Amino acid sequence: MTTTTRAAAPPPPTRARGDVRGARRLFVVRELGIALALVLLVAVTAVYNPRFLNAQSRKDLMLGATILVVLAVGQAIVVITRNVDLSVGSVLGLSAFATGKLFVALPDAPIVLAFLAGIGIGLLCGAVNGALIALARVPALVVTLGTLYVFRGIDYSWAAGQQINAADMPGGFKRLGTQTLLGIPVLALFAIVVLLIAGFYLRSYRSGRELYAIGSDPAAARLSGIRVGWRVFTAMTVCGGLAGLAGVLYAARFGTLDAAAGTGIELNVVAAVVVGGVAIFGGSGSVYGAALGAVLLSTIGSALPVLRIDPFWQQAVVGALILAAIGLDRALTARIASRLRGRREVRGA
Amino acid sequence: MRGMRTPRMRLGASVVALSALMLSATACASDDGDTPAAGGDASAGASGQIKEGLSVAFLPKQVNNPYFTVSDNGGKAAVEEFKGEYKEVGPSEASASSQVSYINTLTQQGSDVIAISANDPNAICGAVNQARQGGAKVVTFDSDTNKDCRDLFINQVTAEGIAENQVKLISDQIGGEGKIAILSATANATNQNAWIELMKAELKKPEYSKIELVTTVYGNDEDQKSFQETQGLLSSYPDLKGIISPTTVGVAAAARYLSGSQYKGKVALTGLGTPNQMREFVKDGTVKNFALWSPADLGYLAAYAGAALASGMITGKEGEKFTAGKLGEYTIGADGVVVLGPPTVFDAANIDQFDF
Repeated sequence: MTTTTRAAAPPPPTRARGDVRGARRLFVVRELGIALALVLLVAVTAVYNPRFLNAQSRKDLMLGATILVVLAVGQAIVVITRNVDLSVGSVLGLSAFATGKLFVALPDAPIVLAFLAGIGIGLLCGAVNGALIALARVPALVVTLGTLYVFRGIDYSWAAGQQINAADMPGGFKRLGTQTLLGIPVLALFAIVVLLIAGFYLRSYRSGRELYAIGSDPAAARLSGIRVGWRVFTAMTVCGGLAGLAGVLYAARFGTLDAAAGTGIELNVVAAVVVGGVAIFGGSGSVYGAALGAVLLSTIGSALPVLRIDPFWQQAVVGALILAAIGLDRALTARIASRLRGRREVRGA
Repeated sequence: MRGMRTPRMRLGASVVALSALMLSATACASDDGDTPAAGGDASAGASGQIKEGLSVAFLPKQVNNPYFTVSDNGGKAAVEEFKGEYKEVGPSEASASSQVSYINTLTQQGSDVIAISANDPNAICGAVNQARQGGAKVVTFDSDTNKDCRDLFINQVTAEGIAENQVKLISDQIGGEGKIAILSATANATNQNAWIELMKAELKKPEYSKIELVTTVYGNDEDQKSFQETQGLLSSYPDLKGIISPTTVGVAAAARYLSGSQYKGKVALTGLGTPNQMREFVKDGTVKNFALWSPADLGYLAAYAGAALASGMITGKEGEKFTAGKLGEYTIGADGVVVLGPPTVFDAANIDQFDF
């Protein structure tokens, strides 16, 4: 998507607007494709076993997606700027363990404090990533691959083999993991709020739009006066903060914590973002798409046991479904793109 | 994800082939007065005392695994009792060959006893044999190497013991009839699959004829996956009465799931778990009882067995006996295996006495 750079030149105004509208429709369709896949999956599973959609199971589906959605929103913001954060799993682990440690040390600590501590640790980790990328100009892939191990290492040495159990955490905090508000689990509400704020920001704020510009063409963005380094630093920090939040939610949901919490989840997150239609080379996609991708992946995880797929085949099936989702998305995108091109040619003639 | 978690419950890769051991291990407390059976063992009678100042090194599968932290601390307590020098070293990753360099270092330092939980039955054999040539006694615990590489293997429990115990617990909880399912770790975990096979055999007994095992699912020792599998079980089998989860991650995740769902108290759950992880769920009524051996006792026994070897009180032959401090007397079984004993069952009445 090169809207921004092209708009900098003085073309006929109608054409620029037409491009933007076409591009916006493209986003909508991308998300629709994923939503369609999700509806299809739920429908097939529900036909096979109607209990898949009873109240308990709906709640479980929402809870199951919560952590991945929060992480995917953060990751999408970073991927849109043509970067990637592979350290989110380690940040989640560190934050989750810190939450547990906090409650072991101060059993009466208010829940808000746990959230502040977890998000604070996440922001700090994210700022480290961001600073290394923006100041040292090292590619994000390399930096976060390094910090993936660094943060996990800190977690290991801090935990020193210790495990924190559900009994160590106060009842109020654990109830967060099971309580519902108007039929929606409280934890899922966090994810929804995060999603709406991020979606609104990226769409309606100048600085949010600049993230897309950076992802489309960093050099051009820099030339047009965007503070690329600062924006990338902020994006990485926000992503870290969201991973920290996810860590607190993880602690509330699972109750059992050791230093290995969240190991390997970064790949699920990147998969969710890509399935959700965020281009891995930046510049396009939306957090709504990424969130849908996360919901789709976690629903696949819940549906396969209900469909009684042989456990030996489950991972292969998950992989195939990811490829199918991306394939569907690509097909739709290609169709839209060719239609868009066709219209432009007509107008140009 | 989380390959690191699986080793926690990958207890004995060689749990198979231990069928004969149940006999020898349990009945040893009664014949306390007997002198060691191996008569040709002159040193055994003469110095019935563990030497002081033995250097004992514990080498777990990985150093940041809570399970091994507890068992190594059990070993430390034993070493302090017989006034030895305790040391714990080990890799942070439980990969096959990661322990080799640690064994070599211990050999060079001249350790008297190395207690090791093997990540791989073969990968460390060469290093272990060098250590033994260098004068160290090597005791494996939790996970064995090939039997030719080590002096003794301290087995936490026999596979039969686990199977009998788990089936009995679930049968008692569901009143002896109904559908049950198993939530296991990974689909290719050797010890889990051995236990599951033996549980199936156990369920064929007439007293369990009304219990039907409907399926086995795999939570991969991940919280999220175990949640999802438990959830899948309950929606796939509306009339499910009970779940057995012979893995600590699985049973804790399933308990946490049940305690927050409409199935709490209606679907029975048992398995192998640690008291600290399960305390909450036993107290809130989600879980009636579950079982595990004591990892601390396992380390304790391994330390005493190693010290007895290094002091020349035993040589590792079948039938030899030795005393392991507070745990009492143990007899060495076939292939140099010592069995810790039947698993301990934890319920609301006794769970507060345990802290691991």
